[in-house]
Amino acid sequence: MSEMPQPLPTGSEWSFESLELYDREIGRVAREFGLDVYRHQLEVITAEQMMDAYASIGMPVYYHHWSFGKHFLSTEKGYKRGQMGLAYEIVINSDPCIVYLMEENTMPMQALVIAHAAYGHNSFFKGNYLFRTWTSAEAIVDYLVFARNVIAECEERYGEEEVEQLLDACHALMSVGVDRYKRPPKLSLNKEKERRKERESYLQSQVNDLWRTLPQGQEREAPQNERRFPEEPEENLLYFIEKNAPLLEPWQREIVRIVRKIGQYFYPQRQTQLMNEGWACFWHYTMLYHLYDRHQLVDGFMLEFLQHHTNVVFQAPFNSRRFGGINPYALGFAMWRDIQRICQEPTDEDREWFPNLAGGDWREAMDFAMRNFKDESFVAQYLSPRLMREFRLFNILDDPREPTLRVRAIHDEQGYRTLRQCLAEQYNLGSREPDIQVWNVDLRGERSLTLRHFKYQGRDLSESRDAVLKHVATLWGFPVRLEEQDEDGEVRYLTEVRIDRRKENQRP
Amino acid sequence: MLQIIDRRNDSKNKSAVNRNRFLRRFKGQIRKAVQDAIARRKIADIDNGEKVGIPSKDISEPQFHHGKGGRWSVVQPGNDRYLTGDEIERPEEGAGGRGSGASLDGEGLDDFVFTLSREEFLDIFFDDLALPHLIKTQLARITEYKRVRAGYTSTGVPANINVVRSLRGATGRRLAAGGPYRKTLRALHAELAELEECGAGDGERAAELRAEIARLLRRIETLPFIDTFDLRYNSRIRVPAPSTQAVMFCVMDVSGSMDEQKKRIAKRFFMLLYLFLTRTYEHIEIVFIRHHTLALEVDEDDFFRSRETGGTVVSSALELMLRIVRQRYASNVWNIYCAQASDGDNWEADSPKCRELLESSIVPLIQYYAYIEISEGEPQNLWREYARVMTSHPRRFAMQQIAGPEDIYPVFRELFRKSLA
Repeated sequence: MSEMPQPLPTGSEWSFESLELYDREIGRVAREFGLDVYRHQLEVITAEQMMDAYASIGMPVYYHHWSFGKHFLSTEKGYKRGQMGLAYEIVINSDPCIVYLMEENTMPMQALVIAHAAYGHNSFFKGNYLFRTWTSAEAIVDYLVFARNVIAECEERYGEEEVEQLLDACHALMSVGVDRYKRPPKLSLNKEKERRKERESYLQSQVNDLWRTLPQGQEREAPQNERRFPEEPEENLLYFIEKNAPLLEPWQREIVRIVRKIGQYFYPQRQTQLMNEGWACFWHYTMLYHLYDRHQLVDGFMLEFLQHHTNVVFQAPFNSRRFGGINPYALGFAMWRDIQRICQEPTDEDREWFPNLAGGDWREAMDFAMRNFKDESFVAQYLSPRLMREFRLFNILDDPREPTLRVRAIHDEQGYRTLRQCLAEQYNLGSREPDIQVWNVDLRGERSLTLRHFKYQGRDLSESRDAVLKHVATLWGFPVRLEEQDEDGEVRYLTEVRIDRRKENQRP
Repeated sequence: MLQIIDRRNDSKNKSAVNRNRFLRRFKGQIRKAVQDAIARRKIADIDNGEKVGIPSKDISEPQFHHGKGGRWSVVQPGNDRYLTGDEIERPEEGAGGRGSGASLDGEGLDDFVFTLSREEFLDIFFDDLALPHLIKTQLARITEYKRVRAGYTSTGVPANINVVRSLRGATGRRLAAGGPYRKTLRALHAELAELEECGAGDGERAAELRAEIARLLRRIETLPFIDTFDLRYNSRIRVPAPSTQAVMFCVMDVSGSMDEQKKRIAKRFFMLLYLFLTRTYEHIEIVFIRHHTLALEVDEDDFFRSRETGGTVVSSALELMLRIVRQRYASNVWNIYCAQASDGDNWEADSPKCRELLESSIVPLIQYYAYIEISEGEPQNLWREYARVMTSHPRRFAMQQIAGPEDIYPVFRELFRKSLA
């Protein structure tokens, strides 16, 4: 340090000047630690605005839909009753990165949020491979504005109810409307706008082409001769519907596309929650301690900060009333701290388990992990025996063929690898959510769409499937069938939804 | 470069649109919840927001999820008792293998509960009652203004001039402005008197003094008696306050033929009157009188709950009401309103007596008497007698035979018209 660092303002009241001072100092520390971040922008908002932001998944602009109103109401209820505090912060993966600061927070809280979100999350968004390949930080806000305008325009032209029905259906398919393996093209607002018209006509012609063959009465050709469609099963239902649903109007395809694009944008967040939150916690903790060590922060500040911090990274045991699953903040924070520890003060056990990490440069090791992993692989790679002991992890197996549940592994020598593997699996979205694919379309017959559920570990679909299928049928316009395929390849027909076409035709 | 943006004054209520869409979409369920709430509420509570719950399954947003069944493996923290290979009884709930993550707060599983604002609640309440729009806005408005005195101001309209204050000000001003002249005048008078005493009363100096005195006196005289500057006006400001007090009598027949449904309609009827009164009066008392062959003053709970059998003598209630009015509500201080609900049954010989009571004693004492007959059949003797009262007192007496809540409003039409005028 060339100059003596100045102590930062004390007291719990924040002001714009003190925010700026804190941000400057935290930014300086972040640079010393080599965090690579997008520019950021702090926005001070009220509690009510925070709830607004909550309701629209944190996005600064969003289209209107009743479900956001519902989320707002339930947040508001919880907040007013004091059941839940609002999250201290919301941060948006955009460039510049937008960080919301709540007006009611004290200065230490604001400092925590700045360190956590403006530098922690921000650097994760910029560095992690999933965000780099799947989201376009510079385009998202513009795209959301575009989306809202398109939807508002459609509401005006085709009626709110019509649009609402369509959005309901699309939302139901949001989780099966993402490309999991294929990298989507980058978002670009200008291109979207330019190509919107073009796409409308093109898409429609494609669809028309597909359905050119008129159904030929009762007579059906032998199945062998039929062109199979789709040639390969399609995992992205919304994509398939957008491109191929026979009856959708161009504007409807556009809305399906918007919902699909936004769903895709959030997909990386769902895959990296543990890492991302842990990373941000690690950095707010490390950076604020660094400032404290340089006497820029006073004890009072640290006490308040630590109280919030420990609340956030608290892990309740499984038999506690407060237990709500593994706290991603707690485990994530512990794992990143653990990587740092293994690099700096490795034990013999660490040397055996992590020969590449032990004694290495912790900043480099952490950066590598942050850039190249998602939750599933991160746990599989970095969860150490020491942490499993610290968290006293254990694995329970529920097999319906057995009369009882069985404890398969605990935190001991025999259990470490099983535990780690099971926990990693728990973070695998692919197995956490049902695998449903578009299997076939009856091109020549009744134009029905067949979805196939590929069963995993014998798990069935929940009852909500019928409601979802109805939504699929609304979009598809013809009967929708659901079947399931066991792990040993056996296929079973489950159900079918038909929509009442007569009603449909009565509409002008 | 860091940017800090203060968004606190930006558009509030970004979610208002979404909230309204939510309310519109689930209007059916919400209306039902509101109806239940009305049945539960006390009459005087009608004017509040309401927590309503609608079934979660109605508003769920379905997605594909895993259901029960299948093999589940779960890793949990905080092991304090298990060893590898231990067997655990399956939790009660069937396949509970997904962990002990059962909901901790018992509420919120079956119902989605949220709070309707007062406006939203009243809106739905009014919807049922088919109130004209003008009335709706009038009832939903919170503040009635009243002009009260608030001292004096120096500007205003001539009608408000306060004479005493203005003249007092003028006197003061004249005294103050004339002070220096009078002082000199006194000195001049003294000098003149001295000169006259010395016998120099005709001298040059004396003439000079006299001229000066006359000049000063003119000066004093030209001071304006009253100046615009002196004017003071009575000041009145608008304060949000309803004016006075009222008592509302709820009279209801609780004989066997009044079933729950009819009572529910009656409750709406009482609520609407109450709501009207809260807009006009500062303090409202409610007296509940229920009757069959005997009348009894009861509290609200008993009023709506109890059910008796036997015949009906309406006049017993009217007599009781009259007695209460005389004892507790001397009519020059209290504005008296009465709402009566019944299914129309009355003992044949009693109805003329009711009319007699109303015409001679009750109607002259009260502001408004509203009667509803909740029945679908042919009106009976009570109705016929009441109809005669209505023709003789059309402005204070209203009656209506109704089948549902939407018929209630016409009973009050005259009342509302009066208040709007």
